Amino acid sequence: MSLVLEGFLNTVALTLLSFAGALVVGLAVAVLRIVPVPLLRGVGAVYVEVWRNIPLLAWLVLFVFGLPEVGVRMPLFWTAFTAIALYEAAFVAEALRSGVNAVASGQGEAARALGLSFRQSLRHVILPQAGRRVVQPLANIAIALTMATALAGVVGVVDMTRAAQRINLELAQPLLVFTGAGLCYLVMAAGIGFAARVLERRPA
Amino acid sequence: MFDAPGPRLRRRVFWVSVVSALVLTGLVALGLRQFAAGGQLDPVRWRPYLTWPVWRYLLGGLWSTVVAAFATGVLAMAGGLLLALRPNRFTRAYAGVMRTVPVLLLVYVMLFVLPSFGVNLPLFWKLVVPLALSHAASYAVIFRAGVDAVEPGQREAGLSLGMPDGAVTRFVVLPQAVRHMTPLLVTQAVSLLKDTSLGYVVSYTELLFNGRVLANYNGLLIQTFIVVAFVYLVVNLALSRLAHRLEARRARIAR
Repeated sequence: MSLVLEGFLNTVALTLLSFAGALVVGLAVAVLRIVPVPLLRGVGAVYVEVWRNIPLLAWLVLFVFGLPEVGVRMPLFWTAFTAIALYEAAFVAEALRSGVNAVASGQGEAARALGLSFRQSLRHVILPQAGRRVVQPLANIAIALTMATALAGVVGVVDMTRAAQRINLELAQPLLVFTGAGLCYLVMAAGIGFAARVLERRPA
Repeated sequence: MFDAPGPRLRRRVFWVSVVSALVLTGLVALGLRQFAAGGQLDPVRWRPYLTWPVWRYLLGGLWSTVVAAFATGVLAMAGGLLLALRPNRFTRAYAGVMRTVPVLLLVYVMLFVLPSFGVNLPLFWKLVVPLALSHAASYAVIFRAGVDAVEPGQREAGLSLGMPDGAVTRFVVLPQAVRHMTPLLVTQAVSLLKDTSLGYVVSYTELLFNGRVLANYNGLLIQTFIVVAFVYLVVNLALSRLAHRLEARRARIAR
């Protein structure tokens, strides 16, 4: 029974922490992609392309088994967290960027015509309008991230999926065990969907 | 997002570029030093990746990856079409469940549950079936969105010309829907190709699994997986480029 709890808590913790990390890094990358400095825009673009075109499992394997060989040692959970957060950050950055792009260009031009600086127009005009548009895409990313944390089980983190598989070896009650695990993911996704709806309705 | 830069902004851009270039160089140097300290940059450890047998093995894996992705894509698209054409309570519930449950869980069901019920598929299908079940839901969403993106006036115009309903769907709505969907379909193809890396779990000899076998054999873990990641990157970038080109063409046609 403790294995169930450990698996569930690990999945929840990994999801929440990696999503928080992905938001921070993703925001930074999204800003890099829209600043007027070509070099930084290039860095942002390379980040997004490299991370989202390589499977998460490859990243996890590289991080978990590779990092110790170059002298970077972290607890397994935090290694998995780093890989997942950096991977999902690429998707977050793209969602944020398309949110910004979706704000009509006339808004940005109007802000500049009023004499607002790049930073001011971003902060007071563009971001508040982009904010509500990105809630749904970000919620989709959060749900995808919940599913993605299952891959951490492959490299040794005892998450929900991994726990289910181990419990099944002992109990030999596959239907019960795997349905239960599936239900846990459904509940988490429902929670994320609910939070997104609340956020979306809140006035910007 | 910003006006054509004036002299002051240009100066600022210049200095920010210089500083960030220095910071980047520093970071890369730091990373390389870390690699070098572990002896990972030793040419001896990289030389195997200039030889044909190693590449033949990895490209063999890539071929299996492509085959698995193709089979999954065909099955998932067929399933997605069925789901999208008949929106009812069951299909909606199916899509909802499949878009929240990890594919890995389905793979485990294939590996550990079904055999005890006497269903023991070959490795290839143990990978492809869960992937197809899961991606079918994503395709259904894409198809639905594509059809919904076609203006209702198009269907109405077709009907008012006296075309039968099926013909309107086939000759008026679907061709336009396909054009809306192409970029999303290619993005989905990238995601599908990445998901075949679950062959690592199933022991299906695709690219990532072959990387694991190779790393176990020659002990060059970092080098092997960097090369494998690079292959994924090249293949998926090529697919993404295709997506961009299709999108650009669509924008031209729409205008």
